[in-house]
Amino acid sequence: MSSNWDWQMYCRTTTEQTVADHCLGSGGDITYLQWLMSAWGWTLSVSVLGLLVALVVGALIGILRTVPDRRLAMVGEVWTEFFRNIPLLVQLFLWYHVIPGIFPALKAVPAFALVVVGLGFFTSARIAEQVKAGINTLPRGQRFAGLALGLTLPQTYRHVILPMAFRIVIPPLTSESMNIVKNSAVAFAVGLAELAQYAQQVSEESSHFEEVFIPVTLLYFLSAFAINRLAGFIEKRVRVPGILGAK
Amino acid sequence: MKKSLWVAAALLAAGAAQAQSTDTLKKIKDTGSVTMGVRESSGVLAYTLGDNKFVGYHVELCQRALDDIKKQLGLAKLDVKYQVVTSANRIPLVTNGTVDIECGSTTNNASRQKDVAFAVTAYVEEVRIATKANSGITSISQLNGKSVATTTGTTSVQLLRKHERATGVDFKEVFGKDHADSFLLLESGRADAFVMDGQILAGLIAKSKAPADYKIVGEVLSVEPIAIMMRKDDPAFKKAVDDTLKGLFKSGEIAKIYDKWFVQPVPPTGAKVGHPASDATKAAWANPNDKPAEDYLKK
Repeated sequence: MSSNWDWQMYCRTTTEQTVADHCLGSGGDITYLQWLMSAWGWTLSVSVLGLLVALVVGALIGILRTVPDRRLAMVGEVWTEFFRNIPLLVQLFLWYHVIPGIFPALKAVPAFALVVVGLGFFTSARIAEQVKAGINTLPRGQRFAGLALGLTLPQTYRHVILPMAFRIVIPPLTSESMNIVKNSAVAFAVGLAELAQYAQQVSEESSHFEEVFIPVTLLYFLSAFAINRLAGFIEKRVRVPGILGAK
Repeated sequence: MKKSLWVAAALLAAGAAQAQSTDTLKKIKDTGSVTMGVRESSGVLAYTLGDNKFVGYHVELCQRALDDIKKQLGLAKLDVKYQVVTSANRIPLVTNGTVDIECGSTTNNASRQKDVAFAVTAYVEEVRIATKANSGITSISQLNGKSVATTTGTTSVQLLRKHERATGVDFKEVFGKDHADSFLLLESGRADAFVMDGQILAGLIAKSKAPADYKIVGEVLSVEPIAIMMRKDDPAFKKAVDDTLKGLFKSGEIAKIYDKWFVQPVPPTGAKVGHPASDATKAAWANPNDKPAEDYLKK
């Protein structure tokens, strides 16, 4: 049995399987190419919004874990351990099936929002860990120096600790940002029409497994790699000469 | 999914190198063994009891056909090997000779007939709507603006899409990752209806916490002949299998076998599917044929 690839499937419409002009469906009908692009769009949207949630929440929780107030630090610790020790897939099911069972009003929340929150909180625990590590890497003397100069604790964080800590954690944050693109594939489990769901559905529909999975693999790679390059660019731009190996 | 793909890829490569034997009867006679492709979880059509034991309506029909072939060939002993297949690898496994006869839940359609042959249809699946008994929904036209669940990776997804476009009924599709998940969407109220093969719906309802809360309603959205699959261009083997099936259809014994799997309690738990034979299935028994799904649509 030789491989008989049929890349033309991308120009077919998803309803009548007819080949559309310019590979674009008309009158509300879409081709598999348009479906693939839409699925990629969902993957990117979930990833980018999830990443924003993760960065904001993760940075806050990470900072919280380093403050002198034990109770606040404890809140950060509990948050991190909770979201870090439960598998992502289980967390999504909790958000999608269990919590709306307790609070029925949440059933109206679209799956997309739940995935963004679920993915964001899961990743926030990992980012919090890295931010905490970044802050603790700095000599304790810097914090004391800031406070001795008369800066308040928030000012010390804002002007002394965080500018250095964030620079230190850019490389691990890059990995986390790439991970979120890949982790977004679990959104398929709650029925979001993203790339993994597309791959599953269209490969069954068309029986063209290679033609479906090769582009999906490439798009995941491309998305994660774009984030990698963007982070590399940011790292270069914010580098402070003379420290952290910068020239 | 990934694993089965690798398997499929490896088999494609192996299949290219390996010479195909199209005379399955000769192969059975020479080796004294035959490989049956089975599914692990295809409702009561084919499923596993664990421990490499496979049962189900189609599995039983295949076992009977192979029994007849054993007698026909005058073999003292026929070793039936079971090979689990998935929807992704079943066709490559049949065409490259790993599996001699596939007894699962494969839809007989025109595009597949280019690669493989199908025995005469013994079961016709009807795609139906399941809903909560108190929902008041009795037809697909009432689903306008409602949420409809279906399972990713099934033909029902495609069917709903076509239906939506053809009739202008606009509903919100929600996807479950498997049938149990889709049923949970209906159960929890996230979906107002669940569109799927009638047999699967009946089985899920039977196994649910409160079977009386659900019912199968409305028109038949699609009919698909589900058939036993074999290699193409092997008329002698196909005829042997078809003869067994036609014999069962003619004697009326098929109704008893059907009843055993679809109506009576089935192993391992003794649950009942409660899915009596449809008119379409009875029609297939009355006029044995191997027409593809496309021919059913023309009517």
